[in-house]
Amino acid sequence: MQLSNIIFLLTFVIAISFFVKNLNKIISNIKLGKDINRSDNKDIRLKNMFRVALGQSKMFDRPIAAFMHLLIYVGFVIINIEVIEIIIDGVFGTHRFLAHVISPNLYSFLIATFEILAFLVLFSCLIFLIRRNIFKIKRFFGKEMTKWPKTDANLILIFEVFLMSVFFLMNATDQILQSKNVSHYLVAGSFPISSLFVGLFDGFSIETLILIERVSWWFHILGILGFLNYVLISKHLHIFFAFPSTYYANINKPGKIDNLSSVTKEVKLMLDPNADPFANADSVENVPTALFGARDATDLNWVQLLNSYSCTECGRCSSVCPANQTGKLLSPRKVMMDTRDRIEDIGNNKNEDKFLLGDYISNEELWACTTCNACTDACPINLDPMSIIIDLRRYLVMEKSSAPTELNNMFSNIENNGAPWQFPAADRLKWIEEQ
Amino acid sequence: MDSLKVKTINDFINAGEKPEILFWVGSAGSFDERAKKITRAFVKILNKANINFAVLGEQESSSGDAAKRAGNEFLFQMQALMNIEILNSYDITNIVTTCPHSYNTLKNEYSDLGGNYKVTHHTEFISDLIKHGKLNLTTDFNYNKITYHDPCYLGRGNDIYEPPRDLIANLNIDFVEMPRYKRKSFCCGAGGAQMFKEAENGKFEINIVRTEEALKTGADVIATGCPFCNTMITDGVKNISEGQAQVKDIAELIAECI
Repeated sequence: MQLSNIIFLLTFVIAISFFVKNLNKIISNIKLGKDINRSDNKDIRLKNMFRVALGQSKMFDRPIAAFMHLLIYVGFVIINIEVIEIIIDGVFGTHRFLAHVISPNLYSFLIATFEILAFLVLFSCLIFLIRRNIFKIKRFFGKEMTKWPKTDANLILIFEVFLMSVFFLMNATDQILQSKNVSHYLVAGSFPISSLFVGLFDGFSIETLILIERVSWWFHILGILGFLNYVLISKHLHIFFAFPSTYYANINKPGKIDNLSSVTKEVKLMLDPNADPFANADSVENVPTALFGARDATDLNWVQLLNSYSCTECGRCSSVCPANQTGKLLSPRKVMMDTRDRIEDIGNNKNEDKFLLGDYISNEELWACTTCNACTDACPINLDPMSIIIDLRRYLVMEKSSAPTELNNMFSNIENNGAPWQFPAADRLKWIEEQ
Repeated sequence: MDSLKVKTINDFINAGEKPEILFWVGSAGSFDERAKKITRAFVKILNKANINFAVLGEQESSSGDAAKRAGNEFLFQMQALMNIEILNSYDITNIVTTCPHSYNTLKNEYSDLGGNYKVTHHTEFISDLIKHGKLNLTTDFNYNKITYHDPCYLGRGNDIYEPPRDLIANLNIDFVEMPRYKRKSFCCGAGGAQMFKEAENGKFEINIVRTEEALKTGADVIATGCPFCNTMITDGVKNISEGQAQVKDIAELIAECI
């Protein structure tokens, strides 16, 4: 084993262990959430995951973006087959290892496919950069899109442009070295795109070409390992988390909001004339009382926290939110991003004197929601910002009694006369006689 | 107008009979001046088709939808458990309602609490009546062009898009969709208990934005299937250009043709 192979192996192992360590940190943050049972209906959940995450069905509500996104996605997944070869070459000092074990035609086909896909990825990323920075598509902006989210979005695209460029550079120099019968450079592969740039290297010495080829090779793999780790601090985490998020997503009719079972217990006790409220007094004392609703990110369930890490900040939710689109403070994307920021802070023991409700998300934002489900419908990976809004409202109302006055009036009307307005039940049939 | 024939569940019990279906009127349908007209129109249709229906009358109470969405789960479950007790005590299994909020709550949210009913929205119900030949419509109609606003709790909330459109197709009138319809429909602004409070500060009012969209289609009737949407869009038309279009529940349009 040569020094370069040892350096490669070491870099690879360090990068992967960093990735695993930081991924575990995120998973332990998600586990800070309350339990919720989403282990039912496995077949429906699997189907949703395949259709929505793998098949990207909901992306196609916006066909142009969906098509470009699909190119990047397919390109990225398939080109990563090449990473297998790069790792083997890196560890064992081989060159184009796969060319030794599969037929020349198949190898040429694979490399040609990678090149065409890489070109499409490059092209799509450039279009995405233009859309974001020159055409300034509205949904990519908004008050929650502060400096970091904007930089993050551009960094990902620049990263991919860089990765694809060094891939072409590597292949272009490689094929010149192949044609000059340089030892170690096995004649293999077909290069429909990079062959177009071969002319750029006319008159380069063999040594320079080898240097460029090697540097590109290293940049390509270091870039991929770097990107893998970058994903964990980025909205790009959706490339992994879209799968569990769609699998564990709500599968009820969107109109249905879950019934709090902790409340059911109390209400049944109140309505049952035979119930002895002190019957379970002993056991109740030993159990810490759970809050009604959510005040902090840890009062949310783990699916809601998983959702927050999966959010790609694409803004489709806010772009259809009636409150957001009429200039109210509420933005479902911000709710998702705030939840992620808050659970990250909790995981890092930061801002321990703060809460999700009040310090990250304001009451005014929460009260603007019409629960219309436009956000949950629009989300390309079935995230549910509305459920977070409802849980925070529940805390405000049931623990803090701080609903807007008109809503408190509505509550007392229902309590006193069984209707949200101040009419007695005795008048419920007056409509029969009225014209 | 002929007087309406309405029997309460107690009328049925006293006569030793059982209704085919319970009409859940809803609080808006019982008390809101505009919504009461929708209730009357639907009962006119039920009478015309000779449906043996009951209402709960004084025993009906708020479904709890607004309380739940405002975050008052406690009050919602109190309402739900009381309503379920009453419905179950009368062996009610079939319910029809003119309110998508009651529809959603009774159908989706009562089941976990012991209330299992076959719940139908009135647009589904009327659509079935026509399909089964129990209701014949005249084609004599004074409007030119109609558009339909999807209520969130009927459309996105419960995937009911076609029955109201099927009914409109029976009306012999030009139908035009708004730019945002079905899954992409834009809220009227009343859901989530917004009906009962002032909107937060913003640049526009949600109902105005939606009504402008509806008026731009050139329709002289804006149809919907929800008493809250009706109120919001009626207010919208009043604000933008009163008289340019009428806001009607589908039940009212059908009732005009029987």
